Amino acid sequence: MRLLINKLFLVLSSLSALIGLMFLAWILITLFVKGLGSFHFNLFLNDLIDGGLRNLIVGQFILAGLASFIGIPLGMIAGIYIQEYGQGKYAVFIRDLSDIMMSAPSIVIGAFVYAVIVVPTGGTCGFAGAIALAIMMIPVVINTTDNMLSLVPRELREAGIALGASKYKVIIDIVIKAAKVGIMTGILLAFARIIGETAPLLFTSETSNYFSLDLTQSFPSLTVSIYDLANEPEESSRDLAWAASFILTVLVLVINLTGRFITRNKK
Amino acid sequence: MEKIFQKLSISSATLVVIILVGIFITLFRAASPAINEFGFDFIVNADWNKEVSLSSEQTASMDDSDEIIDEDEMLFDEDDEDSLSKTVYGGLVPIVGTLLTTIIALTFALPIAMGIAVFLAEIAPKNIAHVVGIAIELLAAIPSIIFGMWGLYYFAPIIADLFGGYQVSLLTAGLVLGVMVLPFMAAITRDSMNTTPNVLKESAYALGATKFEVIKDIIFPYSKVGIIGSIILALGRALGETMAVAFLIGSIFVLPQKITDPTISIPVAMANNFGEASGLGESSLFYLALILFVISFAIISLAKFYFLKKAN
Repeated sequence: MRLLINKLFLVLSSLSALIGLMFLAWILITLFVKGLGSFHFNLFLNDLIDGGLRNLIVGQFILAGLASFIGIPLGMIAGIYIQEYGQGKYAVFIRDLSDIMMSAPSIVIGAFVYAVIVVPTGGTCGFAGAIALAIMMIPVVINTTDNMLSLVPRELREAGIALGASKYKVIIDIVIKAAKVGIMTGILLAFARIIGETAPLLFTSETSNYFSLDLTQSFPSLTVSIYDLANEPEESSRDLAWAASFILTVLVLVINLTGRFITRNKK
Repeated sequence: MEKIFQKLSISSATLVVIILVGIFITLFRAASPAINEFGFDFIVNADWNKEVSLSSEQTASMDDSDEIIDEDEMLFDEDDEDSLSKTVYGGLVPIVGTLLTTIIALTFALPIAMGIAVFLAEIAPKNIAHVVGIAIELLAAIPSIIFGMWGLYYFAPIIADLFGGYQVSLLTAGLVLGVMVLPFMAAITRDSMNTTPNVLKESAYALGATKFEVIKDIIFPYSKVGIIGSIILALGRALGETMAVAFLIGSIFVLPQKITDPTISIPVAMANNFGEASGLGESSLFYLALILFVISFAIISLAKFYFLKKAN
């Protein structure tokens, strides 16, 4: 009886793993079949107004890139503070708050940026979208930097200080260098996360059918346009949405796997 | 230079506090017209964007159109001389929708996530566990909008065939949400199971315990707090999920009678109505956002401070 229960349990547990894998396979196969079916190289050459995705892909990269440009330095420096400068309660407090912020609903962050940027400036713009994404990114970067710096042995820091280097020199030249790979991985994963975000962009940057580099206007976004296209009645719009989803997912998964690959090689 | 860097680092860290406090204050201020107007009745009122005549206290015909009435002042209805009406907003439907989809998602995801975690931590050989672990984490990396599209066009029809009812419903939205939080829960649970000391497990095996008994009597009690923490974090994530639910919940402000009925959740109400809303309607959406923010803040703090702290 005991052995039977044991067997049953092991089978059920393996079955759950199979269910998890099945969902992943199901989604990926759907994307490949539907996405590749409507995929065409011209999608990269035309803008949405001409039935392509060029402006959206470029726009999404600019939004996520600008968000990283704002979010990565702020997050890293805040992470450095927690691990290297912070003493006692305040650093712990910041760490906890940042973890909470990491799980804040993304739509609420969108609403916040809408209220502080979109309303006063009178319209949706690329900057607002990038800032919403940056707010999502900061806590993730803080978390990685914090974790990775904590793995750097204390002796390395002591050796640097013993050589007469100032604290910030030690941090920049020794500690960060030692933790570089881990931090890079974390940043890649954070980038993969924000480039697939839709909710914070809905009413901050919105999207645009035209190619645009003007961050003070509504800005083309791949994810927001997928949402719009998928809800249109025409078959052709939905096909385009599938092709866009396929491109987005491949992009996100490739960035994700690259991040994991870097860490594993280093180990 | 040293001083500058130190100042810079402390101000970046403080930025986190500023942003969080800023979110709270901003939402509160933007919501205050609705808070002043409806108070806490907002939470129990199921009418969204409904005209109520004030003179007779009788409800006027329900406003079914999608447009949101902007006037936050009382309107004087010219067609009907003595009916003074105003538009009422209540958050009950999206609040209920949010809670129910989350409950469905967790009920569905919990057993499977536990199974996956046990499989990864205890059953599978190292290399298989590694590959399956990465696959499960990739599932977590797929953008939520993809879950929504896949759910609407491929998953929901099957569920609707099995259980009847509508393709867009509480049930389909909850289940897809469950698939989304699954990898999340499984990964954290696996990690906390992995912290069980080998000595404990080995002693149990030496006493003749089966794998099931070791997991049930040694590993589960040992990692219990971490597992509860993972459930609460998944809960927080499910509450705030927007895009996947937006495709699947149906987006109508009607209380569901059955699990297979369409309704709406807080994030979806915001996603679909924010653009067109103004005045009291917009303020009511901010009120909903504030409620969502406070609930998820409370839940995540609980997970962080109580359960995950204890687990370490």
